[in-house]
Amino acid sequence: MSLLSTTRRRLGACLLGLVMAAVVHAQGNLEIDTPAIAALKQSMQKRHAQLAPLYAAGAVGLAADGTVALRDAGSVPLAQRAQANAAIAAENADRAALYREIARANDHPEWEADVRRTFAQRWIDRAQPGWWVQQGGKWVQK
Amino acid sequence: MPDASRWILAAVLAMSASACVTINIYFPAAAAEKAADRIIDEVWQLREGAAAAPAPGPAQGESK
Repeated sequence: MSLLSTTRRRLGACLLGLVMAAVVHAQGNLEIDTPAIAALKQSMQKRHAQLAPLYAAGAVGLAADGTVALRDAGSVPLAQRAQANAAIAAENADRAALYREIARANDHPEWEADVRRTFAQRWIDRAQPGWWVQQGGKWVQK
Repeated sequence: MPDASRWILAAVLAMSASACVTINIYFPAAAAEKAADRIIDEVWQLREGAAAAPAPGPAQGESK
């Protein structure tokens, strides 16, 4: 009988350890160090040089769905409008791929929408003063 | 005796397996936010010599 209770106690401790390890794991980091994510980051970082002036001019804003959007085409000279549109399209393609890759890298492709929502909020929260962001369906300047 | 301990072991395995599944179903919002911030830092280059960021200072990171 005492052997049984010792075994039970030992197994109980083991179970507690497993649960705690799982909790720690759940609160840990998401996997974002994959070649695909690194490539997307680099591509977006390079494009940022082109997009930053457009954010500052109010031509492009950070949308609520985690994309960037042409907000005020009028503030982009006609000659540069096609280029701006191309940059926006490329950026949104990279962002969509980034959200998908992060979800996939963590073995939960179904998290893609959550990842997108999280990013949308952080892009907006961290936008620089003067940039335009979409909040509650309206464009507001930070 | 061995029967009992085998039964307990099976129960523990079943419980720990179900615990893993339960925990992994939930989206880890805090971890995702941290990951997003790391990536945004890099894409917007907010950590190393941010020429575009004036007043707030890149070291502070969080804006609220």
